[in-house]
Amino acid sequence: MAEVPAMSHDPSYDLKIPVIGHDFLRAGEAASRIKKVLQALNLPPQVIRRASISAYEAEMNIIIHAYRGQLALKVTPDALTLVAEDEGPGIQDIDLAMQEGYSTAPDEIREMGFGAGMGLPNIKKSADKLTITSTVGQGTRLEIVIRIS
Amino acid sequence: MQLKTLLEAPELGLNLKAGRSGLEREVRGGYTSDLLSHVMSRAREGDLWVTVQAHQNIVAVAVLLNLAGIIIAGGIEPQEDTLSKADAEGVTIFTTNLPAFEVVGRLYALGIRASNSYAALAQG
Repeated sequence: MAEVPAMSHDPSYDLKIPVIGHDFLRAGEAASRIKKVLQALNLPPQVIRRASISAYEAEMNIIIHAYRGQLALKVTPDALTLVAEDEGPGIQDIDLAMQEGYSTAPDEIREMGFGAGMGLPNIKKSADKLTITSTVGQGTRLEIVIRIS
Repeated sequence: MQLKTLLEAPELGLNLKAGRSGLEREVRGGYTSDLLSHVMSRAREGDLWVTVQAHQNIVAVAVLLNLAGIIIAGGIEPQEDTLSKADAEGVTIFTTNLPAFEVVGRLYALGIRASNSYAALAQG
């Protein structure tokens, strides 16, 4: 199921994976696909770890909060970029959402061990650069850059 | 220490529920939490994860972090779809009737340590 790049000597790579809101049965599959691609590209283990954490948290945010969205991965020789875009409620207060422990997830989702208010902080710790844009009532876009060195 | 050594340790009371193919996996350390984001950020490759979460998303976390395996403590039985996904992904899952605190204590007594404890202390 891993999509191994056709030309392994060419480190440029593009991938887009749809993510469906509230689809907990498939949660984690998009992040797993991204991890397998990065492993096939032979990136350093620390880069793969940071990208896997970021992809997982971004995917879970879409599943927990949004109606639908997608994860897009772009890899160049210098950096990998993950873009998570969704159609959803948006984020009212981004500064608040960045605080560890702050969450708007409902109780039944917290009981599953999600919604601990660590998703965006985990992404920020894993990324070299995180850009969040959000419109309330429309959706959210995260751009996560991790340098490859 | 390999997972199969732990399976044979009577004091842990482990039942193998999924991922028999991974029993020779080496356990490098241990981690325990029921918050999945905590595990994602703190657990390390090769860790054995002790939790009371039993839904199938624990398999995705184990795959992404390349954990050695999962112990579901406290007599909680995982859902069938958790076990079929674990078998498909080669993730070893045990259950035990011991409470999480007790199973972690007994793993520690067998020599398993947190992979990241020194780093965590250093962060104050």
